[in-house]
Amino acid sequence: MENIAITQEVKPPNTSKGPVKWLQDNLFNTWYNTILTCLALVFLFFVFKGGLTWIFTQAEWEVIPANLQILMIGPYPIEQAWRIWIVLCTLFVLLGLSAGVWKGLVLRISAAIAIFGLILLLIPLDVVKNSEAEYAVLEFNFNIIYLIFLKRTWLLGGLVLFIVTFFLGRDKNVLKRWVIGGWVLSLPYTMMVLHGFGENSVSTTHWGGLFLTLVLAAAGITMCFPLGVLLALGRRSQLPAIKWVSTIYIETIRGVPLITLLIMGSVLFPIFMPGDFQLDKVLRAELALILFSAAYMAENVRGGLQAVPQGQVEAAQAVGLTYPKTMLFIVLPQALRAVIPAIVGQFISLFKDTSLVTIIGLLDLLGIARSVLANPTWQGRYIEVYLFVAAIYFVFCYAMSYVSQKIEADLGVGKH
Amino acid sequence: MPHASNTMAQNSTNIPFYRDIRFLKVFFQILFLIGLILLAGFLYSNMLHGLRRQNLPLDLSFLSSEAGFGISEGIDYDPSDSYLKAFWVGVVNTVKISIIGIIFATVFGFIFGIARLSSNWLIRNIAAIYVEIFRNIPLLLQIFFWAALTRALPMVTNSITISDSIVLNVRGIYLPTLERTPEFNTWLSYLFAGIILAIIVVFVLAAFRRFGRFSEVHHTDRPSFISDIIFGAKWAAAPTFLIVAIAGLFLTSEPPFVVNRPELQGFNYVGGMNFTPEFSALLIGLTVYTSAFIAEVVRSGIQAVVKGQREAARAVGLKESQVLRLIVIPQSIPIIVPPLTSQYLNLAKNSSLATAIGYPELLHIGHTMMNQTGQSIPIFGMIMASYLIMSLTTSAFMNWYNYRITRIGRSS
Repeated sequence: MENIAITQEVKPPNTSKGPVKWLQDNLFNTWYNTILTCLALVFLFFVFKGGLTWIFTQAEWEVIPANLQILMIGPYPIEQAWRIWIVLCTLFVLLGLSAGVWKGLVLRISAAIAIFGLILLLIPLDVVKNSEAEYAVLEFNFNIIYLIFLKRTWLLGGLVLFIVTFFLGRDKNVLKRWVIGGWVLSLPYTMMVLHGFGENSVSTTHWGGLFLTLVLAAAGITMCFPLGVLLALGRRSQLPAIKWVSTIYIETIRGVPLITLLIMGSVLFPIFMPGDFQLDKVLRAELALILFSAAYMAENVRGGLQAVPQGQVEAAQAVGLTYPKTMLFIVLPQALRAVIPAIVGQFISLFKDTSLVTIIGLLDLLGIARSVLANPTWQGRYIEVYLFVAAIYFVFCYAMSYVSQKIEADLGVGKH
Repeated sequence: MPHASNTMAQNSTNIPFYRDIRFLKVFFQILFLIGLILLAGFLYSNMLHGLRRQNLPLDLSFLSSEAGFGISEGIDYDPSDSYLKAFWVGVVNTVKISIIGIIFATVFGFIFGIARLSSNWLIRNIAAIYVEIFRNIPLLLQIFFWAALTRALPMVTNSITISDSIVLNVRGIYLPTLERTPEFNTWLSYLFAGIILAIIVVFVLAAFRRFGRFSEVHHTDRPSFISDIIFGAKWAAAPTFLIVAIAGLFLTSEPPFVVNRPELQGFNYVGGMNFTPEFSALLIGLTVYTSAFIAEVVRSGIQAVVKGQREAARAVGLKESQVLRLIVIPQSIPIIVPPLTSQYLNLAKNSSLATAIGYPELLHIGHTMMNQTGQSIPIFGMIMASYLIMSLTTSAFMNWYNYRITRIGRSS
């Protein structure tokens, strides 16, 4: 009887989580939090009021749809734009296959990209150019919706390919090495398709807009990573010559701003090359970006290498692995896993740093935005244009950092 | 199997030299260095050819000739001064923006970093949004944005004034300053007296403490006299100095400072401190961008202090403010300092983006000099060397500071 009495007496604590309780716990739990909440609410009120008033009544957004094409691909000739679409469709095929073969995280990331593409497909940002006035008008009627779909057949095709290849590649493990090979070849393939051969080739002087930014970033990321790993191994090498050369390289590059390297590439590079040797301007900027990021990448990888216990190397040597095999199969997988956030952070930095090529006169997303603003028609529309460009950069950077968090969680870093 | 073991022994003693690891190590290093030297020689000969083609002898005599171009802001400089002087103006401008930027970014970074850990849901999320937005947008874009905004400020006659002391117009931002009055020197002597008095008080206190417990503390356990002085300095120096300094304020016949507000005289504002539009845009951009990164550094540094430490501190009955001051902050500072250092270095290097909006810093002036003289190689060497020196001094200082605080952490 006594036991029952006790169980009756002890009531469970009140765990109800009504909105009032939540407000009390999170906004008004102490007197200073109450003050802070009130101040923050006043601040938010003015920010939202000002921001929304500006966005809906004062901003003149037609500058964006009117220049959408130039912001996306720059001076790339529109009749050659199919090259970009082909590349995009190829990437969707690879994405679809990877999603099917690996599932899990890869599937989720690819699906997110595909959904993003679908959203782009549905946003009615397309525009009919009004030939009389310089600016464009948005006309929401049935005709336009049809046009939008016509113009986006490519995007739709890419999405369809994605879904088809996903079902084709599902559970086919034999495809794994082919897909990896496809990804490795995708960069040179992309460059070849985008540049083209013969009469119809598009020289890099016509590359621009978001497209150039993405090419610079993608090539930079794929090239700086292996170079950074090599430099990191070089810095930890037991051979003094290699160790010192790597160290001096890393420390020098890290000590100077990227912009000096870019200007060096555009001003000094021709002096150091034999007579009539010419190198493409975009390629020189890309080289500067790669050489710069590799030094930072090397430091991140080195951090990971230091986290791998010495016993791992000794054990690998004991079973008779050579140095390359030890590094490739034992040390690097553990080292890189430990520093995924830092590496992705470096990728994000590289993506943002591509905007610096604006200073040496390339027309990347930021550069082309500035050339749009230099057009007298769009004078003074800088807030609209910069906000739009900033939103694009933000989406890409935020997506990368989000994916890195997911990868980290998936690999169980810090758990086992 | 005597035969097999015999051949194995032979193999291990008579490794051909091209498979001997000791030989290979040296060989590959020499090969590597020869390759590097060949590459350097190739570049050098190309450079000589290139310079001959452009008819530009490689010498530094141009540095002493007249620069001939104007610089919009910075230390005292005239277009008739030498190139070297012009370059120095750029160096000083870079150092100026870096130091001011670092101070502002640190203040805002700590505010937002701590705000991200606030128990207040609204504050926490506002800080998180701030950090995520400004971290994920390229700095150059932000600087262009602020530059466009500062250029769009109203003309001088329509200036925006905030409480009569801050003025915003197309010529920049005007802030009030404190100006010295003639009485300042009198007050300075009070400050000096305050320092001397503080030293005396510290020594008296230290001596008192030492002799006061001479009898009770065991001889070998007795702390050194230095620790007594540190104890005294900790508790007595600042109050003594402050009391004398404040007393000095009242004892002087007029206040040693007056507030100098910017005022409209004719067509321009005079007085106070003026930040040019370019400088303001750059400062806002660098501060906002770097503070978002510093906020993350601070947040992760504080979170890295093991939860048990806080709980233990609460368990022994420390107040919440004491938990922060005595347990959390001392342990998080050593975690925060190294990444903070690299943020400071980034800020100094990022100040070179000013070249895109026309603030006359190191790279901007160097670029102008290159265009005028064509001596790109030596000027580039000077630019790179200046940045390297700045980076190395900053990191040396921060390493020293880091060493000091980690050592304190271990000893106590």
